[in-house]
Amino acid sequence: MIAFRRMTLGAAALAVLLLGLRPAAAVDLTMYYPVAVGGPVTKIIDDMVSRFGKEHADIKVTAVYAGNYTDTMTKAMTAMKGGQPPQLSVLLSTDVFTLMDEKAIVPMDDLVADKTWFKQFYPAFMANGQIDGKTWSIPFQRSTIVLYWNKDAFKEAGLDPEKAPASWDEMVAMSKKLVKKDASGNTVRWGVEIPTTGYAYWMLQALAIENGQKLMNDAGNEVYLTAPKTVAALDYWVDLSRKHNVMPMGSIDWATLRTDFLEGKTAMMWHTTGNLTAVKDAAKFNFGVAMLPARERRGSPTGGGSFYIFKSASPEQQKAAVKFIEWMTAPERAAEWSMKTGYVAVSPAAYKTPTMEAYAKGFPAATVARDQLEHAVPELSVHENGRIYKFVGDAVQAAITGTQTPQEALAAAQQQADRVLRTYK
Amino acid sequence: MNAWLLLLPAAVLLIAFTHFPILATIRHSFFITRRTGAEVFVGLDSYHSMAADPIFWRALVNNFWFALGTIPTSIALALLMAMWVNRNMRGRGFLRLAFFMPTVLPMIAVANIWLFFYTPDYGLLDQLRGLFGLAGWNWLGDPGTVMGCLIVMVVWKEAGFFMIFYLAALQQLSPDLEEAAAVEGAGRWYTFRRITFPLLMPTTLFVAINAVINSFKLVDHLVIMTKGGPNNASTLLLYYIYEVAFVFQDSAYAATLTVVLLVLLSGVALVKFGYLDRRIHYQ
Repeated sequence: MIAFRRMTLGAAALAVLLLGLRPAAAVDLTMYYPVAVGGPVTKIIDDMVSRFGKEHADIKVTAVYAGNYTDTMTKAMTAMKGGQPPQLSVLLSTDVFTLMDEKAIVPMDDLVADKTWFKQFYPAFMANGQIDGKTWSIPFQRSTIVLYWNKDAFKEAGLDPEKAPASWDEMVAMSKKLVKKDASGNTVRWGVEIPTTGYAYWMLQALAIENGQKLMNDAGNEVYLTAPKTVAALDYWVDLSRKHNVMPMGSIDWATLRTDFLEGKTAMMWHTTGNLTAVKDAAKFNFGVAMLPARERRGSPTGGGSFYIFKSASPEQQKAAVKFIEWMTAPERAAEWSMKTGYVAVSPAAYKTPTMEAYAKGFPAATVARDQLEHAVPELSVHENGRIYKFVGDAVQAAITGTQTPQEALAAAQQQADRVLRTYK
Repeated sequence: MNAWLLLLPAAVLLIAFTHFPILATIRHSFFITRRTGAEVFVGLDSYHSMAADPIFWRALVNNFWFALGTIPTSIALALLMAMWVNRNMRGRGFLRLAFFMPTVLPMIAVANIWLFFYTPDYGLLDQLRGLFGLAGWNWLGDPGTVMGCLIVMVVWKEAGFFMIFYLAALQQLSPDLEEAAAVEGAGRWYTFRRITFPLLMPTTLFVAINAVINSFKLVDHLVIMTKGGPNNASTLLLYYIYEVAFVFQDSAYAATLTVVLLVLLSGVALVKFGYLDRRIHYQ
């Protein structure tokens, strides 16, 4: 009995101690976030979160790094099914249909006091998140694909180091000059590399847009993989390695491509602008950043992650989450985030802040991805996104590795996609 | 009665965490979950779509080659290494440690090490090729080589583990038999073929069963190295189940695929207990 009483006393003391450590009625928030680029991104996020905590004693945010975009989505969905979802999360802007279908998220409209807030952001970044007249996400680590080029390599190849290719044909012609071989005929420097793992659908979509072809409809229940212009886009991509010999054969890894570029193994690469600061910090040569080359038009899909608020969070948590998101996306923070990573700052106001203006003046590459926004279209986003991305990714890899022709590979992917999307019509 | 009470703790755990989940999985494979959360009985529908799913067949065929590539090689290598380090020689302890080392490493670490070996152009393998003036090769990015690369890595990881079992078994063998064989004038190969190897059969069986199970169970490296690509060339059944269940959030179809895996592995177990056990000489 005495032992029991001691135990209760002990427990009570412990509870008092625990409660005493925290300010009264603090709202706890758990946030999952993904990292898909190089550089110390987790440190930057942790730093921002801790600064937010200092300014807001009543909200405690725990930021959990959860892998790449797919991993983070997997983790969030699994946690939700297990009954312990995060209260907010940064996930691909394109996961919106899946998250809606799973009834995982709430629209922001009823949580914000003033809806003019939505108008602060670039419309191109809002496009993926606005469905059926509601706003389901707020843009955060958003990007477009840009072309990085090695100016020193251009000079060495007798090209104008200040001029990036503006068209598909030009990119092939320049690449041919940039390819360098050693004495035994092995290629030591390739012309251009476009990554085929991780986000192959994203790269294919960029090529398709430039070729004048949309990949999906607005309702998110149809994809156009066998449209002649989509096939032609993949043909061009495959030809870079198989016909023109300016890109290495086989698949090109998303994660190691930055190293390829930094090591001078390729003179040009297509990659997210989110890698810009990591490239800038590590490049031992002069490099430039340009919009992607055009075929019928310029173009890139938007990309990257947005904030979502989960339905299972309590009303107080949802309010607190909005406060956090407002803080993270405020112009000064958006500018800081953009400078530290290379991602596009999500609002025009961020580019008008004095620090950002000064930074962009000294480093013009910082605004290329933003300028490309006027040519950008929303990233491929449909129901059952994870599956569709896999089908498209598989098709790209089948074509790139020469297992199937682009036509065959995309036809197979279209057939599989149609089967999955049938139930959403 | 007492016997049953003694069995109870183990039985409860087994039923709760093995048998019940198996039955629930089998049941789940006959249902699909609608978006509204309602479960609908669909009979064999999921099995029909599985039969029509090219990725499933790809994973199954890959798994077959993966098993065929890893099992015999790792067993043979394990036996060879065990025979070698079973002798009295200098540096024996060091050799044993070196052979066992890969087993101690977690699969994720192994995958990262080998990822560096296989990286095109500046990976270890390509740097070695470079010394001979050969061009870089995209080992994991080529559907023709990716499976072979993974097999080599898994053999490297597994062989040391199996070696330990062979080593233990070899030390149990009575030296009399070998001496008797020597007196009779039997050659070394003949002694091995007719005396050592048959006496090692129980170990070989144990190791073989483990190797088969591992060939279905090991998928950690895929997450790090290939994600099943390029174009599913390195997808294995369990990895595909993971993808379907957690990336695509399709638990019904994942259950269907799991049933296939269950059937395959129970088949292995049946062969072991029903057939092989009776044909092997235990001391």
